[in-house]
Amino acid sequence: MLRLEKRPQPSQLWTYLTPLVAVIATMIAGGALFAFLGEDPLVAIRTIFWDPLFSEFAFYYRPQLLVKGAPLVLIAIGLSLGFRAGIWNIGAEGQYIVGALCGAGVGLAFYPIEGWYIFPLMVLAGAVGGMVWAMIPAVLKVRFGTNEILVSLMLVYVAEQLLASMSLGLLKNPQGFGFPGSRNLQQYASAHNAELIAGTGMHWGVVAAFIAVIFSYILLNRHMLGFHIRLTGQAPRAARFAGVVPARLILICLGASGALAGLAGLFEVAGPSGQVSINFNTGYGFTAIIVAFLGRLHPVGILLAGGLMALTYIGGEIAQSNLGLPSAAIQLFQGMLLFFLLAVDVLTNYRIRLKQREVA
Amino acid sequence: MTGVLLSINGLTKAYPGVVANSDVSFQIGEGEVHALLGENGAGKSTLVKMIYGLVKPDSGTMTLRGAPYSPAEPRAARASGVAMVFQHFSLFDALNVAENITLGMENPPPMRDLATKIREVSETYGLPLDPFRTVGDLSAGERQRVEIIRCLLQDPKLLIMDEPTSVLTPQEVQILFTTLRKLTAEGVAILYISHKLEEIRALCDNATILRLGKNVGTCVPSKTTASEMAELMVGAALHIPERNGGELGPVLLDLDNLSVTSPSAFGTSLKNITLQVRSGEVLGLGGVAGNGQDELLGALSGELISTPGAITLEGQPIGALGPVARRRLGLLTAPEERLGHAAAPDMSLTENAMLTGSVREGLEANGFLKWGKARAFAEAIIERFDVRTPGPGNAARALSGGNLQKFVIGREVMQRPTVLVVNQPTWGVDAAAAAAIRQALLDLAAGGTAVIVISQDLDELMEISDHFGALNEGRLSEILPARGLSVEQIGLMMGGAHGMEVAHV
Repeated sequence: MLRLEKRPQPSQLWTYLTPLVAVIATMIAGGALFAFLGEDPLVAIRTIFWDPLFSEFAFYYRPQLLVKGAPLVLIAIGLSLGFRAGIWNIGAEGQYIVGALCGAGVGLAFYPIEGWYIFPLMVLAGAVGGMVWAMIPAVLKVRFGTNEILVSLMLVYVAEQLLASMSLGLLKNPQGFGFPGSRNLQQYASAHNAELIAGTGMHWGVVAAFIAVIFSYILLNRHMLGFHIRLTGQAPRAARFAGVVPARLILICLGASGALAGLAGLFEVAGPSGQVSINFNTGYGFTAIIVAFLGRLHPVGILLAGGLMALTYIGGEIAQSNLGLPSAAIQLFQGMLLFFLLAVDVLTNYRIRLKQREVA
Repeated sequence: MTGVLLSINGLTKAYPGVVANSDVSFQIGEGEVHALLGENGAGKSTLVKMIYGLVKPDSGTMTLRGAPYSPAEPRAARASGVAMVFQHFSLFDALNVAENITLGMENPPPMRDLATKIREVSETYGLPLDPFRTVGDLSAGERQRVEIIRCLLQDPKLLIMDEPTSVLTPQEVQILFTTLRKLTAEGVAILYISHKLEEIRALCDNATILRLGKNVGTCVPSKTTASEMAELMVGAALHIPERNGGELGPVLLDLDNLSVTSPSAFGTSLKNITLQVRSGEVLGLGGVAGNGQDELLGALSGELISTPGAITLEGQPIGALGPVARRRLGLLTAPEERLGHAAAPDMSLTENAMLTGSVREGLEANGFLKWGKARAFAEAIIERFDVRTPGPGNAARALSGGNLQKFVIGREVMQRPTVLVVNQPTWGVDAAAAAAIRQALLDLAAGGTAVIVISQDLDELMEISDHFGALNEGRLSEILPARGLSVEQIGLMMGGAHGMEVAHV
């Protein structure tokens, strides 16, 4: 009989090994799923994990990796700060939308003036927009003790309605022949988040993601605020004893994650997406939760996990178009990854012991 | 003495890296009170857990009334007539007494029958208890009665009690002893685990002494002195802290009508606490657990905020300041709960040194942390307080209770406090470590620090205090010089026979 035995100390080895084991387990279970759908599991797995990087069309897919990965990493870094402190912002998708709306709104307000200062102002507006949206659950929690999980999640749907209203109303392109959606910022040089090096997918959002990783690494490992965040997550009473003011930490963590999600939204709307439209958001805010946990809430881990997640996104799209796999199967596959990660995670704190059942 | 009830032969249990019990043998007769003595980490808990079926021995056998006995789980142990009262109660605050007892039963009878039975048992054994009172409102002594009655309802042949008197007033201890004597008169055997040697001498027929997992001797407690037993326990003569009672200096900490509402629904709010501590003084605050000790520590550490003037440190009002500001001014504290309050369980000792040491030890600059310095600080604590651990990189939860306590107290002592407040400084700590901690507190006082020791261990308070007061339902008794206080006086200060009457308001 199998039995779990608590380790005296969390295993260092397994902390690093679990994501790997989870990925392998996902490949096996996902492969079985694809086999049931009548596809060759090996081909399907190769399409998802190998083709985006090394196939003959990889030159097209590799930049996509950065484009998809950057918002995931940027949002996940913000979320990880709160998650470490036990503050659960589930509404990054909403903050992403509001950040994009605010940023794009500032850009469109200047149209057609050209100026170097327009894009920085948009970046600022995007961050502030996301932060303000995240401050709603934060303030409600601090003031009235509401549950930030519910409030932040519900605000996602409010933000989606806001997005629809903006696409059809205030931000609608006056020269768009009545179609919903704003002007295309890609055609407005001062507001365009263009590729920094053509053909690489490298835009300002990617730079921001890398900066966020470095900043968060320093914050968590070298700064008192990061120490207090970790302390609050692990032992809330000890944190209060150390002098942490829980309310302030809630505001900081939710504010920071909202700002980063807002930035991600701004870089997306001004760059790869180009315009505010009804179906602008594609679930980055939710996938980033998976990325944050897959990366063990560690900045470098999140960077790697963001890359992996982007890979399954792009690979999944290839598999959909080339192999005709349903998109639900791809989503299921991504869900499996989180499931296995959480399941294998047990091994960090417990070891499995084989126990013979003795005959009494 | 009639027949042998439980016989233990060569029990051995090893955990990775440590042998908890090695070849332990002894016997308990029917109706006998058998003491199990030993320092923390001597293997008492493991041994008891094997008897209660929580842990399986690696080798060795047990026989219960002549028949082989190897309980696979506590349920089997209970079915064989072995019951246990744990040191930490497993009761739900929000449920009433009868409901709590139902939860532990295999086939609970209807509530009304159970209530009648609880009343019956509680009257027979002199443990007054109303089955319909909410457990959250009960004193620690009353909660223990719930646990004992829960066991007695199973008609046990052997009752295991793990440090039962640590939460009781002297008067409550007497009530408990009367109950236990009644039980033994009916043939129930009791395995009694305790640090308190005088108690064992008063109550127990035989004692088995464990040291480092081995049975190092047995004795008849009534014919052995406490210090002889203590020496058997630690394997060396005890270093008893000495009180040199120097001149007291100026008042350092002044509480003036401090009232704080408890943040928890089942906590005790502090009501008009007034006291002064002088430089060089050790003020001992006794009281049964749950009478405002945690709240007082919180109010002093800065976790609970009061009106500014209610707390004055060296003439400066600090009641409205948070923990960091108070530390900076020299008011340091060490809470009772080691894991999760004084220390973060999953963090390393270095990180835990940072937890309170950052301000006074200069472990941060402009918010940036100096891990090298923190590590050196942790190493210094480990070195000076003889904390047994492979190194400062180890997680706090990997340390034994006594070692972590030495670390937590040492962390504050090493920061040269102006005023130090400790709650239960030697709770669950072995005799040698307890003596070291008490000596450190006395040394600190000798150096001019004002020390407040909140503790439920009266012997400890009598040993180190200059002045003594007691907390009772959030109020502080009169503070008297410790010298010359009698046990009866102390008991009355602690609230008399707290909870002796059922209708206690």
